[in-house]
Amino acid sequence: MPEKPTSLPPPRGDKRYKILDAAIKRHQFQPNAILEVLHTAQELFGFLEEDLLIYVARALRVPPSRAYGVATFYNFFSMKPQGKHTCVVCMGTACYVKGAADILSALEKEHGIKAGETTPDGLLSITTARCVGACGIAPAVVFDGAVEGQVSPQYALQRTQQWRMETL
Amino acid sequence: MTGEELLAAAEKEQAARRQAKYCVAVCAAAGCHSLGSTSIREIFQKAVNEAGLGEQILLYGTGCLGLCHAGPLVEIQRYREDSWERWLYHHVNEGMVAEIVRHHLGGDQPLAQFLYPLDDPFFRSQYKIVLENAGRINPERLEDYIGADGYSALWKAVSEMTPMDVVREVTQSGLRGRGGGGYPTGLKWSTVAKSKGSRKFVVCNADEGDPGAFMDRSILEGDPHRILEGMALAAYAIGAEQGYIYVRGEYPMAISRLKTAIRQAEKVQLLGNRILESAFNFRVDLRIGAGAFVCGEETALIGSIEGNRGTPRPRPPFPAEKGLWDMPTLINNVETFANVPAIVRNGGQWFSRIGTEKSKGTKVFALAGKIVHTGLIEVPMGISLRQVIFDIGGGIPDGKQFKAAQTGGPSGGCIPLPHLDLPIDYESLIKVGSMMGSGGLIVMDETSCMVDVARFFMQFCMDESCGKCVPCRAGTAQIYRILEKISSGTASLHDLELMEELCDLLKHTSLCGLGQTAPNPVVSTLRYFREEYLAHIEQKTCPAGVCRMGAPDAACGSAEPVQEKENCL
Amino acid sequence: MSVKTLMINGQMVSASEDQTLLDVLRENGIELPTLCHLDGLTPIGACRLCLVELAGSNKLHPACMTRITEGMEVTTHSERLVKYRRMILELLFAERNHFCSICVINGQCDLQQMGYDVGMDHVRFEYQCPAVEVDASHERFIMDHNRCVLCTRCVRVCHEMEGAHTRDVMGRGGSSRIITDLNQLWGKSGSCTGCGKCVQVCPTGALFEKGRSAAEVVKQRDFLVYIKTAREKHLWIQ
Repeated sequence: MPEKPTSLPPPRGDKRYKILDAAIKRHQFQPNAILEVLHTAQELFGFLEEDLLIYVARALRVPPSRAYGVATFYNFFSMKPQGKHTCVVCMGTACYVKGAADILSALEKEHGIKAGETTPDGLLSITTARCVGACGIAPAVVFDGAVEGQVSPQYALQRTQQWRMETL
Repeated sequence: MTGEELLAAAEKEQAARRQAKYCVAVCAAAGCHSLGSTSIREIFQKAVNEAGLGEQILLYGTGCLGLCHAGPLVEIQRYREDSWERWLYHHVNEGMVAEIVRHHLGGDQPLAQFLYPLDDPFFRSQYKIVLENAGRINPERLEDYIGADGYSALWKAVSEMTPMDVVREVTQSGLRGRGGGGYPTGLKWSTVAKSKGSRKFVVCNADEGDPGAFMDRSILEGDPHRILEGMALAAYAIGAEQGYIYVRGEYPMAISRLKTAIRQAEKVQLLGNRILESAFNFRVDLRIGAGAFVCGEETALIGSIEGNRGTPRPRPPFPAEKGLWDMPTLINNVETFANVPAIVRNGGQWFSRIGTEKSKGTKVFALAGKIVHTGLIEVPMGISLRQVIFDIGGGIPDGKQFKAAQTGGPSGGCIPLPHLDLPIDYESLIKVGSMMGSGGLIVMDETSCMVDVARFFMQFCMDESCGKCVPCRAGTAQIYRILEKISSGTASLHDLELMEELCDLLKHTSLCGLGQTAPNPVVSTLRYFREEYLAHIEQKTCPAGVCRMGAPDAACGSAEPVQEKENCL
Repeated sequence: MSVKTLMINGQMVSASEDQTLLDVLRENGIELPTLCHLDGLTPIGACRLCLVELAGSNKLHPACMTRITEGMEVTTHSERLVKYRRMILELLFAERNHFCSICVINGQCDLQQMGYDVGMDHVRFEYQCPAVEVDASHERFIMDHNRCVLCTRCVRVCHEMEGAHTRDVMGRGGSSRIITDLNQLWGKSGSCTGCGKCVQVCPTGALFEKGRSAAEVVKQRDFLVYIKTAREKHLWIQ
């Protein structure tokens, strides 16, 4: 466990803090709006770093431990930076019976990371979802926010390798 | 907006649709969307404009047309001599668009080779209430919903019914909660209506968590105003002025459609203060879930709306007495609310004529898995599973054998071949060890291993357990561990026995529904496919050829388990 | 305050209506194991050890959160309840790393005592052996997650009695952990007042004082009732 400061981070003239402030204000600094504010914060910053969490907790008058507890309870919030590209493999029942596990293991093997991790170069994050609600076109994979259906392991590898090619 | 203006707007919309040469509805639901229906719509619009038909053709995106596997889908409608003619094009691509526009829209010559037969059992056996507006409206236009008699139920309620009348109508309809449990909706409404509190709340549970289920998503995306109207009717009936929709963060399109719908409704006073010039006020706010299955449990959902960790609390007290901020709260699922406008509009008696004696109305199912027609269907209660799977669903692809149908998600169970003629209603499904659930129906064929399926669901429950109560937190992990051992051929019969004891423990001692129903997939597969378990244990083989036999992986996140089973005190 | 009569294990018992079922049971000498419940803290009904059977209900009910009603018929030690309690304790022992012989609180531990009481002579489940940490950064106290049963007594006492809310729970399911502020070292916490209430209420050796041997550890919990009574009934000590 690292040592962590509990001082209020300076907004650093960061425009994103202004947008966050507006969201906090819109919810009238209500402690119960923490989930909504964390959604906004994650949208703005990509992930919830500690300074940000402290900032939100202070603004909403929520104890830091509560803020941390809430943020870690929900899958949606990430405490670590995400890769430039994301690949979400749906592991819902429909996708599972149609071979989602094979897609995932192919991706994991190819990129040398496990689900929930990001490649060391920060290019790709692989995650799983419990169901993206696209069961009619299972198995589904979300590439950078766009759902694609009837995905084969080969196709998934091809898509992710393409990202790698683009950065070279 | 006044009631008269509402009726006038509906007339105007209906007239516009009738006068159009053709109405072209392009499916814009998740399935077709990811198959490229958005660009198909743009191409369509361009082609229509180029053909000079822009004025005569009504082109719009619409809610799920049902046949997801054959997407992108385009439905063409024409009003002629007091009735609507319909054509459905499937697997639409760019090349087809040009031909459809030229021959069908321009020359009135439907292209038979691209058409999906509408007299197919897939369509004939369905009965649409909740999904009645799919194909008919553009979910992003309030006017379309009004044109489809939208908000007329709300107008009827505020202008000529008392709150108790609304409750009575819903009670009479026999509607039961569509979220899974099947609690009588009318009874719930009257309990909340009678509970005392300075404020009351209406909450729509749109945290559709069951993997393999996308009914609620389709309703939210295809007909968002319907939910708002259903909630407003509920609020009127119980005396609430504030509503919340708790929607999954994984459904961005549903969220944006709901936001649009709320804004539109507020603008014309269909939500907000003095709705339709009456004394009734009602506002709706969205709360976005953040990926926790347990938040579908009503007390956990309340906790989450209040900004806490979504952990359930024991009931009683029930939310109907003490819910959000300890005030009486009515929580219903999306599909339940979606039924309400039709019930109030047509009367409870009309609704109660559909379905079986104890289960009224229709149920939306999401067909998925090893089935030809994956997609969304709405069928009357009491229809048999065989009809759903083989007539509507088109049977099992690739000539494989049917093995089991899984309903109710991680809380439900698997129904084997001998029970296929079972009528679909709440009681029958429970009797065979499954449950209605929210409506995901996943079909498995001979290549699915039931131990593997049970393991999949147990892993799901283990990952989604909130960790508050001991049986669920530690018990799911233990059951999962045993299933892992069975599927890797390293379990003994003693393990099987221990697992059954654990299932019994979880069912009876867990705090909330998640833990209490978590053993269901295991119990139901054990009940019907015990020989598969025994094959894994005794012969160390997987009959379906799914499980890889060998040493199991180490228990999650831990080193080799310490072999210290004896007295540790 | 009206008085109610109820039937407990076939015996008629009277109780006042503001009591919980657990209060009534204890008043009548019927002991049930409780881990998450502690007099003075808000009950949460999480450990499921005090579950009882009520006539007319097919569910089991946690006594700590059940309001009594007239004519209630309660069974506290049926065969299956006894079995369930033992299994729940077994699950707890297998969940983290509980090794009594090397524990600072050996002999004073609530969990250990409950194990004895239900006659748990061995654990039938596979030990999960999670790799969890020990935080000894605080100058007076140590938090050992190996012995934590996630009863959240410390979380509640910190919030409800001390008002500091230094502690909360992070994660969920089996990976839940008790945290200090933003999951940081206890010794570096900005909100902890060092009052030690959490240490006193902890049922196991997860929270303990530095420099004390097993025999010296006696957990003092009566302060909870004093504080609660004082707050609610305004009975301040003169």
